[in-house]
Amino acid sequence: MSTAIGNRLLSSLDALESEAIHILREASAEFERPALLFSGGKDSVVMLHLAAKAFWPGRVPFPVLHVDTGHNFAEVITFRDETVERLGLRLVVGSVQDYIDDGRLSERVDGTRNPLQTQPLLDAISTNRFDVVFGGGRRDEDKARAKERILSLRDEFGQWDPRNQRPELWRLYNGRHTVGQHVRAFPISNWTELDIWRYIEREGIALPPLYYAHAREVFRRDGMWRAVGEVSRPEPHEKVQVRTVRYRTVGDMSCTGAVESDAASATDVVREVALSTITERGATRADDRISEAAMEDRKKDGYF
Amino acid sequence: MTLLTENVPDLATGSLFRFATAGSVDDGKSTLVGRLLHDSKSVLADQLDAVERASAERGFGGAAVDGVQQLDLALLTDGLRAEREQGITIDVAYRYFATAKRSFILADCPGHVQYTRNTVTGASTADAVVVLIDARKGVLEQTRRHLAVARLLRVPHLIAAVNKIDLVDYSEARFRSVEAELQRAAAELGETSLTVVPVSALRGDNIVNRSERTPWYAGPSLLEILERLPSLTDLETGSESFRFPVQTVIRPQGALAPGLDPDEYRDYRGYAGQIVAGTVRVGDAVAVLPGERTTVVSAIDAAGEQLDEAFAPQSVVLRLREDLDIARGDLIAEAGTHGGSSRDIQASLCWLSPKALEPGSLVLIKHGSSTVRGRISEILGRLDLDTFTDQPAARLGLNDIGTVRLRVASPLPVDAYAASRHTGSFLVIDPGDGNTLAAGLVTGSDPASVGPAGARSAGGPDVS
Repeated sequence: MSTAIGNRLLSSLDALESEAIHILREASAEFERPALLFSGGKDSVVMLHLAAKAFWPGRVPFPVLHVDTGHNFAEVITFRDETVERLGLRLVVGSVQDYIDDGRLSERVDGTRNPLQTQPLLDAISTNRFDVVFGGGRRDEDKARAKERILSLRDEFGQWDPRNQRPELWRLYNGRHTVGQHVRAFPISNWTELDIWRYIEREGIALPPLYYAHAREVFRRDGMWRAVGEVSRPEPHEKVQVRTVRYRTVGDMSCTGAVESDAASATDVVREVALSTITERGATRADDRISEAAMEDRKKDGYF
Repeated sequence: MTLLTENVPDLATGSLFRFATAGSVDDGKSTLVGRLLHDSKSVLADQLDAVERASAERGFGGAAVDGVQQLDLALLTDGLRAEREQGITIDVAYRYFATAKRSFILADCPGHVQYTRNTVTGASTADAVVVLIDARKGVLEQTRRHLAVARLLRVPHLIAAVNKIDLVDYSEARFRSVEAELQRAAAELGETSLTVVPVSALRGDNIVNRSERTPWYAGPSLLEILERLPSLTDLETGSESFRFPVQTVIRPQGALAPGLDPDEYRDYRGYAGQIVAGTVRVGDAVAVLPGERTTVVSAIDAAGEQLDEAFAPQSVVLRLREDLDIARGDLIAEAGTHGGSSRDIQASLCWLSPKALEPGSLVLIKHGSSTVRGRISEILGRLDLDTFTDQPAARLGLNDIGTVRLRVASPLPVDAYAASRHTGSFLVIDPGDGNTLAAGLVTGSDPASVGPAGARSAGGPDVS
C-alpha cells in the first residue's frame, strides 16, 4: 500500500511517533544490553508497539522487564503474558513478593508496594547486566518528571540527581556511562495522556480490558473508587457497591483508584480525557498524594 | 468544561510547535509560563488546587488584583523541592499544552548559574525562543546573551516579551524605548525579524488575551503569535536537501517479527533512521558518505507500510538498489548536494561545562549517529557580548561562546550548521567521565583533508 503525502506537514502524533522511534533505535544501537520495562499498563504497551515498529521487519531486539508488585490486577498479568508470547519476546520478572517472603523487603504500614519496586528493579538490572532500560515515563505526569532527560544517567544505586544532569541538545543523546552506571531512556517523554490515547485509537492497540468501562465491585476511599480484591479490602464502614468504572492508570491495586466512566472504546476515552479536569495521577494514585514531592523522592531513590 | 474542548487540536491538521523561554533572574519567567498554562486552560483542577493551597500557605501576594486573589503561578512549574524552598528554577523543564490550532512543547530555561547551557539546550530544538525582559530594566547583558544564542542556533523565530509592563504603568514611551533597544541589539546580530510584545505575566496582559490596558499596542498576544508561526520542520522539509543519518541496519534473517513470511524477508536489508532535512522519493539518486558512493532509493518502509515519499522528521527505513557496505554513522544524502566528509572542521562552541577548554584537548565528537575521537587544535576567539565580535582568548570557560578549529580521527559528513541544523551540529564529550562539554555548530570544513579512511568506496559497490 502506498501513501502519498500532499502538504508535507507531519501531524503532532506522527512527529511524536518518529521522535520515539528515533530514540529507541539510538539507545538500542549505542548500548549493548537494553531492556524495556513492560507492565501491561497503557504507556508500556504503547512503548512496545513503538519498539515493534522501530525494528520492523525484525523482531524487537531486547527482552522486556516487569517488576511485579504482587498487587497486580489478574487481567493485566494475563495481558502481559499474552503480549510477550505474541511478539516472541523474553520476559524477565523481578518479584516484590519474593523479596517480602524472604525478608529482603518488608511490607509498608500503608500496604502500598509501589515504593518497594526500586530494589527488585535495581537487582534485575545488575543481575542481567542491562545497561539501558526503556521506560514509559512522560514529562506531563508530574513536576519532577518534567525535568527528566530523555536519557537519564543513574549511578549504581539507580539515583537520579536533578541538579547534575547532562544538557540534551538537538537530537544528540549522550549515553556514555562508566562501570556500575546505567541509563534510563524515556522515548515518550514528550507525549501527553491525550497523545497516548489518540495513538492507541489510531493504531488500534489492544489494552487490558480494565482501561474501558466495566461493572465492578468498588468502595469509596480517599475520594477514589477502589476495587474490592485480596489486597484491597473495604473497612466495615466502607460500603461496597457495583459501579461502572474504568482505570486511567493500572498499578498496585492497593493504591490505584478507578474513575466512574462509560467510555467503552479508545474513541470514548479520547473524548473523556480531553474533557477531564483532573490529571491521571491526581485522580487515581493515592501514593502521589502523599506529598508535593512524592514522585521526586521516589525518583531520587532509583524509581523510574 | 466547554473551554477545554477548544484546547484539543485537530488530529489531522494539528502540528507540534516547540518553543523555549529564556530570561534573567527575577524576570518573572516562571510566572509567565504559569500564566500561559493557566490562561490557555491547560491547568487541571487538582494542579490548580495544589497551587492555591501552596500560595495561601506561603502568603503569596496578599493583595488581590482587580478583586481577584492572585495565585503564585510560578508554583505550577517550579517542581523540585529545592526550587520551591529557594524560589529558584534549577533545570530546563518541559511543559505541554494545546490550543485548537496546535500542540505546544515548552522548554522553560532558567537564568541561573548555567544560563548559557540551559538556553542552548532549549533553543537547540526550538521553533521559537521567547526572551523575557523586565520593562523597568531594559536590555541587560543576559538579554544580549539570549539573543546571541538564539541567533547562533538559528532559531527561526525570535520573540521578546517586555514583562512587568504593569510596573511601568503601562507606559507606551517606556515600551517603545525598550523595544528600540532590543531592535538595535538584534540588528547588531543580523537578526531582522524580532517580534516585541508588551506583557504582564502577573496580571495576564497580552499573554493569551489582548489587553485593554495597552491600547497603544495593536499587535497579537504572545499565544496568538505562537499559534501562527511556521514551525522548524516546515522549514527543514521545504527548502533543505535530503539528509538521513543511518542509525542501524535492519537485516532480520533469523530474528524476523512473528507473523511475517521468512521467504519474503530472507534478503531484506534496510537502513533505519530519521530524516533530518528535506524529502526523499522512491527512485531518487542518493550519495552515501563518507566516501563517494552513489545509488538509488528502491523503497521506503514505515513498519510494514511502503511509502512513495517521506520527509523530515519522519523515522523510516530506506532500501537501496545496490547492496553497499553501509553502517551506523554513515549519512545518506541527496546526490550532488553534499561537499564530502571532512577531518578538519571549524566550529562555534557553546561551552557548557565548569571544566574549561584548553587548546589541544582530546575529546569525543558525537555527530549524527557516529562518535569519533578529536582534538581541539586552536581557539580562534571568544564572543564578546558588548560588541558581538570574537576577541582573542586562551581558553573557553562555562557559558562562553567561542570559535575553534578541530581535527577528528575519521572523516565526518558535516554540513555547515547554517545549511542543515542536524548535520551541522555536534556534541563535545569528555572521554574521561563521558559528560557533555560543549555544543558545536559547524561553520566550515575542509573536504581536501579527507584521508584514507574516507576512501572506503575505493573497491566499488559491494554488489551481491
